[in-house]
Amino acid sequence: MSLVIVEVEKGRAALVSRETLTFARGVEGAGELHALVLGDATDDVVADLAEQGVAVVHVAPSAPERYAAAAWATITEAALAASGDDLLLAAGTPRGNEVLAHVAARRGVPMAANVVSIASPSPLHVVRQVVGGAALEEMSLSGDLRVLTVAGHAVEPEAATAPGAATVTPIEATLGDRDLVAQVVRVEGKDGGDTSALTGAKVVVGAGRGAGGPDGFDEVIALADRLGGALGVSRVVTSLGWRPHHEQVGQTGSRISPDVYIPCGISGAIQHWAGCSSSRTIIAINTDPDAPMVTKATYAVIGDMHEVVPAILEALG
Amino acid sequence: MSNILVCVKRVPDASGEVTLTPDGMGVDGRYSGYTTSNHEEAAVEIGVQVADATGGQVTVLSLGTEDSVEQLRSALAVGAKDGVLIEAEPDAYGPADIAEAIADVVRARAEAGTAYDLVLLGNDAADTGDFQVGIRLAYLLDRPVVTGIQTVTVDGDTAELRGDSGEGAEVYEVPLPAVVTVLEGGVNPRYPSVMGRMKAKKAPVETVSPKPPTVGSGRVALTVPPPPPTQVTILGEGPGAAAAVVETLKQLGVVPS
Repeated sequence: MSLVIVEVEKGRAALVSRETLTFARGVEGAGELHALVLGDATDDVVADLAEQGVAVVHVAPSAPERYAAAAWATITEAALAASGDDLLLAAGTPRGNEVLAHVAARRGVPMAANVVSIASPSPLHVVRQVVGGAALEEMSLSGDLRVLTVAGHAVEPEAATAPGAATVTPIEATLGDRDLVAQVVRVEGKDGGDTSALTGAKVVVGAGRGAGGPDGFDEVIALADRLGGALGVSRVVTSLGWRPHHEQVGQTGSRISPDVYIPCGISGAIQHWAGCSSSRTIIAINTDPDAPMVTKATYAVIGDMHEVVPAILEALG
Repeated sequence: MSNILVCVKRVPDASGEVTLTPDGMGVDGRYSGYTTSNHEEAAVEIGVQVADATGGQVTVLSLGTEDSVEQLRSALAVGAKDGVLIEAEPDAYGPADIAEAIADVVRARAEAGTAYDLVLLGNDAADTGDFQVGIRLAYLLDRPVVTGIQTVTVDGDTAELRGDSGEGAEVYEVPLPAVVTVLEGGVNPRYPSVMGRMKAKKAPVETVSPKPPTVGSGRVALTVPPPPPTQVTILGEGPGAAAAVVETLKQLGVVPS
C-alpha cells in the first residue's frame, strides 16, 4: 500500500499533488492508495482525493498551526504505521522533499528525489531528473520503505477509473520538542518576495540580458499586465541586480508551467530551460535565430525585444 | 562567537551541453569545466558574514577527489579560514554516506576543540539533486535543521533564518548548534580580492579519508535525453511580426479574438 503526502493550494489538492497521486496509481504493486493532507482537509480537498482514487484520507488534528518539517515527519510515520504502507510519495516541492527526507533519514532508507517514471517495478528502479533536468538517472530504490518525490509535470493528473472511498481518518501523533524546535515563527509580507503569482500564472512574459539594464523592463511588465500574466526573469538579470530574485525562473529560481511563456532576450541556457521547459507554448523574441530559446520554442520572432514588444502592445490596442 | 562549517561540492559546469563519461555513469566536466553551485556560493557568503558579525571562523569542507581543492580555495579566497577535503570518489557515495562522512569530521573537530555552531550546505547538489544530505546530517548530529534558507542572523545562541515560501518570507528561530541548507537569492556572494587569493593559497587544508560507503547512490545508469526536434514556427522579424504574434495569442485563447 502507498501513502502520498498531499499539499493544499487555494482550498484544493495542489496540482503537483494530484499529479503525484496519478503517478502513484501507475506504480505496479502500489496497492491501496492513502493520502495524508498537509494542510486543511476541506470537503473540496477530500473530493479531489476521491476523484484520484484515494481510499483513506489521513488528517492530522494534532499538527502544529505553523509549519514544522520534523512534526510532519512524525505525523507521516504515524500514518505509515496505521496503514502499513511501504511506498511513500510526495510532490518534488520544497515541502515534499523536506518532509520525505526527514522520514527517510529517520528510517535509514534511501530517498529518490524528482522521479519522472518507473524503470522496473521489482526490484524498484526509478528514473529521476539530475543536473537540473539536463540528465536522467536510473536509480535502484531498496529498503522496507521506498521513499520518492515526483517531479512536476512527470504525468498529467487524471481521474481514477473508479473514485476512491476517501474515508477521512484522523491520525493521532504525539509531538515532542524535537518535532517543533525548527518551526516557522512568522511569515512576513509579500514584498519580501512573492513567487506564487509567477508559479501559478497562465501567461508569463520573460526577460533576460536583452533587457539591457534595470530600466529595460517597462515594456515586458506592460505586456505581462496586458495579458493578465506575470514577469519572470533569467538568472543573469537577478545576479546583476536588475530585478529581485523572486522573479527568477530557472534551476535555482522558480519552475513555471504557464499555458504561454513569452521569453524576451533570453538565450535559454540549461539554467533557465530547467525552470520553463514545462510551458505549454513558448513564443520567443530574440535577435539570435540560433539561440537555444528560439530553437526550442513553438513560435519565435527574430528581433530586438525593445522594438518587438512595444509593437505587440500597440497591436493589442 | 560562531564557528561555521560550510559544505561545498565540485560539480561540472552544466550551463552548456551536458556530456557523459565514457562509462555512462557520470557527467563529464573535462570540457565544460567545474564549479560550485550558486546555492553553495551563497552558503559560503552567509557563513563569512555570520563569522564576521560574531567573531567566529569559517571552515569549508568538500567530499571529492583532490581536484576539489580548487573549490575549497575559491571559498578560502572569499573569507573562509581553513579547509577540509574528505578525499573520495564522490559518485560512489550516496547522500547517507556523505552525511556520515561530514558528521565524522564535525565530531572529530569538536573533540579537537573546534565546535561548529552552524553547518551550512546547499539546498540541493547541482549534479545529483538529492535534497537530503543536510537533513540526514542533522539527524546524525542530533541538531535542528531548516532547508531552503536565504538569510541567517545569529544572536547569541539563536539563529534567525529566512526563506521564501512563495507566500512571503518564512522566518524560523532555532537554537544553535543547527544545520541549515541555503538557497541563493538572499545574499550577493563577494568576488575574491587579490589579497584574498593570496591568503587562500597559504590557508591550511586538512585531508581526511572517509569510511567506505555503506549505502551508495543507487545509480544504475545516466542518460542525456536528446533535445526535442526543432519545430519552431518563425512568426516574422522585428516589429512587423507584432500582428502575427497577436493572432497567435488569439488562437491560444490568451486574448479574446
